[in-house]
Amino acid sequence: MLNFDIVLAGTVNGLAAGAIYVLVAVGLTLIYGVLHIINFAHGSLLMLAMYAVFFLFTRARIDPYLALPLVVAGSFALGYVLYRFLIGRFAHGKDENILLITLGLSIILDNLALFFFTGDTQTIDVPHASGIVEIGPAFLPKAKVIAFFAALGLCAALGAYIGRSDMGKAIRAVARERQGARLVGIDVEHVFAVSYGIGIACLGAAACLLMPSFYVSPSSGHAFVLIAFTTVVLGGMGSFLGALLGGFVIGITESLGGLFLGEQLGQIGISLIFILILLLRPTGLFGGGR
Amino acid sequence: MSRNRHALAPSRRQIVVTGATLAGALAAPRIGGAQARPVRIGLLHPVTGFVAYSGAQSRLGGQIAIDEVNAAGGIRSMGGAKLEAILGDTQAKVEIGVAEVEKMNEAGVAAIVGCFQSAIVLATTQAAAKYGIPYAVDVGASDLITSRGLKNVFRLKPGFGKCVDEAIKALGGINGAAGGIAKSAVIVHESSEFGTGTAKLLADRLPGINVEVKEVIKHDNPTRNFDNVALRIRSLKPDVLMMSNYQNEYVLLARTLHQQKVDLAGMFSVLGGGFNYKFAKDLPDVAEHMMDYNHWFAPTNPKAQAMKKKVEAMGTLFTFEVYLAYNAVKLIADALERAGSADKEKLTAALAASTWSDHFMPYGATRFVDGQNQGGEAAALQVQKGDIEVVYPAQFASAKPVFPKPKFG
Repeated sequence: MLNFDIVLAGTVNGLAAGAIYVLVAVGLTLIYGVLHIINFAHGSLLMLAMYAVFFLFTRARIDPYLALPLVVAGSFALGYVLYRFLIGRFAHGKDENILLITLGLSIILDNLALFFFTGDTQTIDVPHASGIVEIGPAFLPKAKVIAFFAALGLCAALGAYIGRSDMGKAIRAVARERQGARLVGIDVEHVFAVSYGIGIACLGAAACLLMPSFYVSPSSGHAFVLIAFTTVVLGGMGSFLGALLGGFVIGITESLGGLFLGEQLGQIGISLIFILILLLRPTGLFGGGR
Repeated sequence: MSRNRHALAPSRRQIVVTGATLAGALAAPRIGGAQARPVRIGLLHPVTGFVAYSGAQSRLGGQIAIDEVNAAGGIRSMGGAKLEAILGDTQAKVEIGVAEVEKMNEAGVAAIVGCFQSAIVLATTQAAAKYGIPYAVDVGASDLITSRGLKNVFRLKPGFGKCVDEAIKALGGINGAAGGIAKSAVIVHESSEFGTGTAKLLADRLPGINVEVKEVIKHDNPTRNFDNVALRIRSLKPDVLMMSNYQNEYVLLARTLHQQKVDLAGMFSVLGGGFNYKFAKDLPDVAEHMMDYNHWFAPTNPKAQAMKKKVEAMGTLFTFEVYLAYNAVKLIADALERAGSADKEKLTAALAASTWSDHFMPYGATRFVDGQNQGGEAAALQVQKGDIEVVYPAQFASAKPVFPKPKFG
């Protein structure tokens, strides 16, 4: 029988795991909110960012936390370039083309990773991220505690950027009414590329926070994709706040589901949320009625 | 006369033509020998998907064996016929594996070597049986593989039944030598045929060495997070943890327990997918003193050492997938040599009658009963000071086991 301490510890574990889900989902929801497309390359781009962290650590001895600005900037640049010169150019303004391009991109990236990096499981050993922090009855790995607070900080910073900066206002304007935004002189294509870049930059940040406690292989990014999609659907497609709350709800559901139903059956909670939200509130918790 | 003589004597042109024809006729058998029809061998492994590393390692082992056979003159009894690899990728999916067998049959393979995951081996051996294609299982642990009465299936290595029995014997011996300090265990296993079957056997056998099983925890592939499993293990306070997982989850679980400083007298895996030189090298603190009961080459065999050097010189690790696939292909080459034909029935008969001993596994000469080699034996291994040592059985041991392992802090 599970006692209160274990349930509490499981909840704390769920919150810590949820912080990473939030980062992955925020990127996905931002891309959806502005471009109105599902980015099928999300898992593959996360995997690519994780390899970047791995190689920066093993080849240049750059700590994954110190590498964060570098990886975030690199991921943003990659996302911007991908949208500007590949997705935007070949989509010809059709959403279905964007879906196909991102799906194709995902397949290409996965196989290139397999070719160049092999299918081997790669890990990094970050001694200062090892060890545990006792939070009540929970023993949290230091890496997860760092990831939790860093993810919250990054989300707050992104929220402030979107809310207060000129580009943030432009992003919101394009998300709400792209034709109107174009008429008032906003470079919509540039905003699309910036939004896609920010979405991928979130994956860069997630990669830096994940690698001290996770591993990377060509298929590792996909482990987070279903979670991210569920989070976005739960929170509301395109809702920043929804992704934030949804990530934590999913993290806690997964954690407590694992405790009560076992690690394998516990995953059922995530699928259940997905189905229930589609049945009862298809727009998600914070989704608009668009 | 002279004219007549001239008429009877061959002209210069006739001499040149006849000479060329004779030379051609004499050379023909040699050219024919060099062009003996190649024998196609299907190498079927999951080279993409979540166990892609193991699949690639298996493929490498198979290809090295094929290259060696060809470099040594091919199959002599078949006029020096070369072996030709027909590569297949199961993508770690049952239906894809079966489709690949169909393609290999279309390509005319004489035999198949594969294919790492028990669940997929079960399906692909059955698909191969439809066409009577001999199938040498390199990696694939389930006992069901060789207990379904399929005449085309041969496995050089032991299945998980024997491995668990031997692992329990090893653990019992190691624990006994330490004064029987391990009295309880938790089993964590992956959810497919391999992990589930192994865990079931472990749960059944552990009480026999006075180790109580406190809980059996099953997980999916992939698993993102083992924090709750660590929490559960900490609360149950077992003396040993028994693991049966594929590579990614093996590494993640071991790492999570280490990061959370969960104290255990020992972590013991059976056929642990992630227990290899890379794990010991990349995460030395995590891997130190972990034990695994797994397939291992005979460490004193010069052929094994030579191949280890060869593989490492290629920048790759000498993992069990490499040498099990290598030896499976060599087993087929030996059978082809004796059969003198790529005919499936003759090859199957040659495999069934195999007494092959030119391998570097600690198995002795092969003897197949219902497709299972009877001499197959694995070994208990432990990471000690960043290297992997054989700690059981005693005749192959390179070091004494460290048990219980030192506590954190």
